[in-house]
Amino acid sequence: MSDRQYRLVTCTINGRERTAMVDVRASLADMLRGEYSLTSVKIGCEVGECGACAVMIDGECFNSCIYLAIWADGKHITTVEGLTKPDGSLSDLQQAFVDETAIQCGFCTPGFLIEAESILEKGRIYTDQELRKLLSGHLCRCTGYDNILRAVRKVMYTRNGLPVPEETKEQPVVIQPEDIQ
Amino acid sequence: MYDIEHLYEAKTVEEAVSLRLAYPDAVILAGGSDVLIKIRSGKLAGCDVISIYGIDALRGIHMEEDGTIVIGSLTSFSHITQDPIIEKNLRVLGEAVDKVGGPQIRAIGTIGGNTCNGVTSADSASTLLSYDAVVELTGPEGKRLLPLADFYLGPGKTDVREGEIQTSLRIPKESYEGHEGYYIKFGMRSAMEIATIGCSVNVALNDEKTALTDLRIAYGVAGPVPMRAKKTEEAFRTAELTCDTVKAIGESVLSDVHPRDSWRAPKNLREHLCRQMAEDALVMAVKRSGGVISGMPESDVPAKDFLDITMFPEAGLDPKEVAR
Amino acid sequence: MSVIGESVPRVDAYDKAAGRTKYVDDLCDPHALVAKVLHANVAHAYVKSIDTSKAKALPGVVGVYTCFDVPEQPFPTAGHPWSTEVEHQDVCDRHLLTRHVRYYGDDVAAVVAEDEVTAKRALKLIQVEYDVLPFVLDVQEAMKDGAPLLHKKYPHNILAHTTNYHGDVESAIKEPGLIRVEGWYDTPTVQHCHIENASCFAYMENGRITVCASTQIPHIVRRIVAQALGIDWGMVRIIKPYIGGGFGDKQDALYEPLCAWLSMQVGGRCVRLACTREETFENCRVRHAIRYHLISWVKPDGTLVARKAECFSNQGAYTSHGHGVNAKGMNSIPQLYPCPNVACDSYTVYTNRQPGGAMRGYGMPQVIFALESHTEDIARKLGLDSLAYRRKTLMPVGFVDGFSKNELYSDTFNEVLTVGEKAMDYENKHRLYENQTGRYRKGVGCAVFWYNTAVWPIALETSGCRMVLNQDGSPQVQVGETEIGQGADTAIAQMTADAVGVPLSKVHVISCQDTDVTPYGTGAYASRQTYVVGMAIRGCAEEFKRKILESAFEYTRMQPYLMDIRDGNIVRTTDNRVLMSLGEFALTRLYDREHNEHLTAEKSTQIKTNAYSFGCCFAQVEVDTKLCRVKVEKIVNVHDAGKIINPALARAQVQGGMSMGIGYALSECMLYDQKTGRLLNGNLLDYKLSTVMDHPHLEVHFVENPEPTSAFGTKSLGEPPVIPVAPAIRNAILNATGVALNALPMRPHQLYPAFKDAGLIEELPDENKEAQHV
Repeated sequence: MSDRQYRLVTCTINGRERTAMVDVRASLADMLRGEYSLTSVKIGCEVGECGACAVMIDGECFNSCIYLAIWADGKHITTVEGLTKPDGSLSDLQQAFVDETAIQCGFCTPGFLIEAESILEKGRIYTDQELRKLLSGHLCRCTGYDNILRAVRKVMYTRNGLPVPEETKEQPVVIQPEDIQ
Repeated sequence: MYDIEHLYEAKTVEEAVSLRLAYPDAVILAGGSDVLIKIRSGKLAGCDVISIYGIDALRGIHMEEDGTIVIGSLTSFSHITQDPIIEKNLRVLGEAVDKVGGPQIRAIGTIGGNTCNGVTSADSASTLLSYDAVVELTGPEGKRLLPLADFYLGPGKTDVREGEIQTSLRIPKESYEGHEGYYIKFGMRSAMEIATIGCSVNVALNDEKTALTDLRIAYGVAGPVPMRAKKTEEAFRTAELTCDTVKAIGESVLSDVHPRDSWRAPKNLREHLCRQMAEDALVMAVKRSGGVISGMPESDVPAKDFLDITMFPEAGLDPKEVAR
Repeated sequence: MSVIGESVPRVDAYDKAAGRTKYVDDLCDPHALVAKVLHANVAHAYVKSIDTSKAKALPGVVGVYTCFDVPEQPFPTAGHPWSTEVEHQDVCDRHLLTRHVRYYGDDVAAVVAEDEVTAKRALKLIQVEYDVLPFVLDVQEAMKDGAPLLHKKYPHNILAHTTNYHGDVESAIKEPGLIRVEGWYDTPTVQHCHIENASCFAYMENGRITVCASTQIPHIVRRIVAQALGIDWGMVRIIKPYIGGGFGDKQDALYEPLCAWLSMQVGGRCVRLACTREETFENCRVRHAIRYHLISWVKPDGTLVARKAECFSNQGAYTSHGHGVNAKGMNSIPQLYPCPNVACDSYTVYTNRQPGGAMRGYGMPQVIFALESHTEDIARKLGLDSLAYRRKTLMPVGFVDGFSKNELYSDTFNEVLTVGEKAMDYENKHRLYENQTGRYRKGVGCAVFWYNTAVWPIALETSGCRMVLNQDGSPQVQVGETEIGQGADTAIAQMTADAVGVPLSKVHVISCQDTDVTPYGTGAYASRQTYVVGMAIRGCAEEFKRKILESAFEYTRMQPYLMDIRDGNIVRTTDNRVLMSLGEFALTRLYDREHNEHLTAEKSTQIKTNAYSFGCCFAQVEVDTKLCRVKVEKIVNVHDAGKIINPALARAQVQGGMSMGIGYALSECMLYDQKTGRLLNGNLLDYKLSTVMDHPHLEVHFVENPEPTSAFGTKSLGEPPVIPVAPAIRNAILNATGVALNALPMRPHQLYPAFKDAGLIEELPDENKEAQHV
């Protein structure tokens, strides 16, 4: 273990060029968490099956647990820390996750946010089934995905200057016994 | 942190070839969605690795003058589906690789890795096989071409020789021209899945659209490596498009396939799936070709479900259209 | 206006959306030592010897410890409140590392190393010699004479056998004209699949051991770590930060005791023990697989005359939550459908599989699958409308359970069924979908359930709450009950705002539990938190307000009983005049040079009630009879969880439960190799929990009948949503195809032979069958 190999990796992370000497054995997740303390990158399975560690690389969403850190050299990387505005305010997408109750334990949230951001940046309007397919690389055990889908759909419409379809908005759920026939 | 003993990085095919010669025992790392997982699980822990992920020359799809479609071995699944050449000429391949895992796996997984690891469940393999794809390997002596069918030597074993790396997959024009295909992946859930059985069928029809003029049926997981249902293809290549033909093809493939019992699925279920999926994929491929199967009741036509959504370049709508 | 019943955003939503929330692994020193556990590769054996010399010699290895090094005293792991009565204490059958391997994957040794790769390499260098024993995986096999014995104290591997008998079944069934309906129902072993794996790190500080852990139950884990290590309970400190889901898996001491002990072996240096996903599957807890045998004797009009139930619960290798899970299910049978003559037997049995613990629903998803499948079968056999049949035979209004004293106060069952029926258009569809032909067939099904709230009177119920008044008049609230993703902190904030009389924005919930400073509360389980913490908050707020108003006399000259706190102000109740703001009061009081006072209140509240919670699920499926696939097209859950504190959060939680229920119904199961006992599919690819593509929209309704025993009218909601989903889907498949599936999950493996038997699929040709043997 004495002759460990290292590489200098220079990449743009959340808009800033960063350089670090990285162990060649490191995953991108290892580098982002260890070298840059970007702890929104969550480790849930380490084999690309849960999506919690997803980050955007040159506009496309990857699982950083199965992506070698050295491959990031010269790339543009976005994590959830990079979605938040410099003054700490949330992006429209993050805010939609808050408003639509799309967050519970929060562990899968960063992965979904990054995936959704990469979907929305395509600037297209997708059907629900298409959105489901586009989000299907992320597992969530808390939400049943419904509110996540609604949050992404909402921003997809609003970013494109379109009204959110009425039927997709949250409906009241509490019924008083006297109103039941 | 992966337990990699030593890592060598190639930026060009030439570098890769010389590294392969210098370190013949090192494992080739393309996208890593298979190899890195084996390193972590211990199967390949402590190995030496040659990373070829950085060879950008092996990315992309182009068409040669004679109409051959050439897919660079490092082209990711998502880029294959997003490619207009594929969408126009080889739609079913775009669809098949869009069923691999989930979006992030499709962003990292490469078609070269998917064929070189020799796995029978590879979603790209049955379709490539059904279109008689040719593998291009580059080694110290230059390029070597061989049919994909011959590339598979056994489970997990492919014909990548000393000093070689796979550099592209080639689909000749006569394979795809005039053919329409359909791929069905059967799994236990709708995403993040490996195939229990994968079945890719393509056909060519006569001018009247009443009979087959060509038939190719390929499977994943129906044997130790991806395979073609040769006997059935021979027997039914020019059959009339009737319900009886469809049924007979379903029965016939059972003599071609030899799936295994495993904890993932029992043999008899897999055999049944081979039969049913051949029928379904055939019906859908015929439908795509504009043919009709005489005597088939509408209720027996396989329903298109949302597993069939594919993120081709035109997926989704332009917001301006929606506004109108 | 009260904030109770308002869909306010989660108090932790901003940080989670910004990716800032810190979980255990985010808090651990990146240079901490790494611990890895060596898991046995045999299902049943005694460890003869372990050679650690090669592992110890590897550079970077700090220590290697084996089952021969750990403390002798066994300890329990279940997240139950402790009992001072010996007969009610949890079974102590665990060691930090074991010399008697009882399941494939059991812990026999551990490595502490400077980095992960070294730790993993060291594991490979440890050589273990085993005396291999025969093993048993099936629950009923394990009960037979001569079956391999796991624990000497428990003959036939039976951890417990309890009964619920009343009336006289044998005499009752002699009545002429009765119709007998019998069925065996099987449920699988499944896992919680919280997306954050089980993880902890431990270090020593001032001679005490601290463990930061992803747990639902910090105060209980403190006790268990101390018991396991044989040290005074006060020597242990547990810190619980935000956690990435628990679902009951983390209602157990997992690797916290071992991690603490390892840290103590290396001089108190920080040691991290993070489960991999594979370890979360193989070495944490699972939902018990329970097999049911139900026999009912009914009159032609459906009247239930007698019922027999046998419940066989596969406990796995260690007791963990043990028989409580099975007993809870069994005892629910005569409550859901009261019957004059009942004979129920439940057996919880050790096998050489990983231990069953707590999981969302605690025995109820299992028994309700059996009972609601069985109920559907009875109605079908009698030719009765199954919904009307349920309405007729379900627990009636006014029903009181003799043991828990739980009461059905309102006409809840009829209400939830009416809402669900309407949402699904069930009656019409159910008729329409009978007797379909063709490849694709639709069907609708329904199932009902009840559930407890909290654990009284089985065990102690208690909840502690502390309120501190900050200088700006904002109350800071701290409870022992834990946020595990479900939204507890937000409900706590809403209840505190209401109980103290301040705007929600003024309430600061201390989310993290630290046993050194957090009031005693037992944690997140039994869907207890809004119920018990609601009482703790209400009680503490009364005390807090009393102290504030008594002190306010000095500045307002008003008698305390003439004042109240409303919307952050001290008001005179006789004319509603604002006398001073709470902020002004707090500042004045804290810095009062004559009568300074830091206003705090703390109250420990014992709870001696429990509450019934109710609901139902309606599901619509489309079955592809040829490809043996089931698609859930529409699904509706209706719950009566009493008063809903936060409808948006409540709905989200129900949707999560429905998702888990869909997985339980159709795809999730843990598969064990019959030859070795090894778990075959312990990863997120081979274990099929639902993806976003496997669901339709998840429709949720609440019927609000406030619970009379509850401080805020609330009762259980966290666990219930998962309970009725699988039987509703099963009954929908029955409606679609006429095929009754009596085992979960209803995946193609089960559908294929069942559809073949029903003539929906053609047999494979004979010649092909012969070819299989070539």
